[in-house]
Amino acid sequence: MKQVIHLTVNGDSHELYLDTRRTLLDVLRNELGLMGTHRSCDAGDCGACTVLLNDLPVTSCLVLAVACDGAQVLTVEGLRCGDGLHPVQQALVETGGIQCGFCTPGMVMSAVALLGEKRRPSEAEIRAALAGNLCRCTGYGKIIQAVQRAAGEAT
Amino acid sequence: MQPFEYHSPRSLPEALRLLQELGDGARLIAGGTDLLLRMKQGQLAPRALIDLRRAAELHGISFSPEEGLRIGAAVTLRELQRSPLVRDHCPCLCETASWMASEQVRSLATVGGNLCNASPAADLAPPLMVLDAQAVLVGPQGERRLPVEAFFLGPGQTALDRGELLKEVLVPPTPGNALYLKHAPRAFMDIAVVGVAVHLRMERGLARAVRIALGAVGPTPLRAGPSEALLEGSAPTASLLEEAADLAARACSPIDDLRGSAWYRRRMVRVLTRRALDRLCAASLVGEGT
Ligand SMILES: Cc1cc2nc3c(=O)[nH]c(=O)nc-3n(C[C@H](O)[C@H](O)[C@H](O)COP(=O)(O)OP(=O)(O)OC[C@H]3O[C@@H](n4cnc5c(N)ncnc54)[C@H](O)[C@@H]3O)c2cc1C
Repeated sequence: MKQVIHLTVNGDSHELYLDTRRTLLDVLRNELGLMGTHRSCDAGDCGACTVLLNDLPVTSCLVLAVACDGAQVLTVEGLRCGDGLHPVQQALVETGGIQCGFCTPGMVMSAVALLGEKRRPSEAEIRAALAGNLCRCTGYGKIIQAVQRAAGEAT
Repeated sequence: MQPFEYHSPRSLPEALRLLQELGDGARLIAGGTDLLLRMKQGQLAPRALIDLRRAAELHGISFSPEEGLRIGAAVTLRELQRSPLVRDHCPCLCETASWMASEQVRSLATVGGNLCNASPAADLAPPLMVLDAQAVLVGPQGERRLPVEAFFLGPGQTALDRGELLKEVLVPPTPGNALYLKHAPRAFMDIAVVGVAVHLRMERGLARAVRIALGAVGPTPLRAGPSEALLEGSAPTASLLEEAADLAARACSPIDDLRGSAWYRRRMVRVLTRRALDRLCAASLVGEGT
């Protein structure tokens, strides 16, 4: 069964004719070719597929695309700061908060959501905000430092 | 997943009409964080989904001095966690929400979904039970109210009749304090191995309105009646609190599963009940200005 939806992704509007079973993650990757949003557990546990849906972080694997009719979505591809990286991305590069990189887009989106709400989060708040993003390389320490640096709190 | 029709009603009457028309093959969906997983795993294959998120009547949090807090079934855990009204009147619910799932899941998951999924480990159940909350059910025949504890009939089973849905939860104003302690290997992103909620208030040194609810240690979240009866109207001494905690451990019927053994769960019920009682008695004594 198919339905038409309208979706704005990274500022571009799309009209899509979709099987009702497609998740937002399926649509981003398979229909729109935005491969920065990663698929891993497909069950809301790992956070690799985190995007901002109407400004709120969500695991896009747990969202039906048809439920997003009229919504605004921001993915890692939509983060721009002039020609450069977003401050969170830049800070991850500078602190070495990236190992294999698979969790990185999801981490970035969770951090962007946090900093959008709180300009100076505490370490505990950063940890809580990233609790739904797993890094199987276990590089959490530097990721947290990166978020602190991006928030202008780097030591 | 099997193919399904998707409906997104714009009002509560429209949702109820669809539920009636589409019959047994249809399922309600709110955040989808429980339902979609079960569909992906092939445990459920509804022919139609009725999405409740666009029905305005199911949204919003309000407070009145007579009725207390009204929390719409489609309120998300994120909204619950950040609501100034909830923080003022039932801080225990904000606190509970803040330890559930993750930021991403809390943006989606709803209060109604947590209760209607009827997991024995649903984290909102024990605190709502000790806060004496009522569930407001609505169906073709109109509305009815049930205490939240009467809403759960078994794992995955609720008191909702065919054609009914959960509209909101009402939490009466309370002069007492409530606390929910969740025991899980990880602070976030984990289902409770045991959850214990306690409510009480101290009046001239005596414990009043003592309510204790236990999660993940029986087919439904349950009240620890014998412990409550022991403490009600008493001056809580260390030995009395210990006895009450012991009775709570005996009131439950946990099972062995991958999250913990029945033996361990029972021990943890005792530990957490004691801990919650200690904290609330201490907090209330301070609050009394003695
Ligand atoms: C990664 C992850 C972590 C989680 N962590 C926790 C946790 O820490 N604690 C916890 O308790 N749970 C947890 N959960 C489970 C889940 O997120 C919650 O139970 C959530 O509150 C369910 O709400 P929902 O809106 O997503 O429900 P849905 O999946 O939309 O619905 C669940 C069930 O309720 C029914 N339903 C929904 N709304 C209504 C209504 N208004 N009236 C009648 N029926 C209705 C649906 O038909 C369905 O059967 C977690 C889930 C995931 C994926």
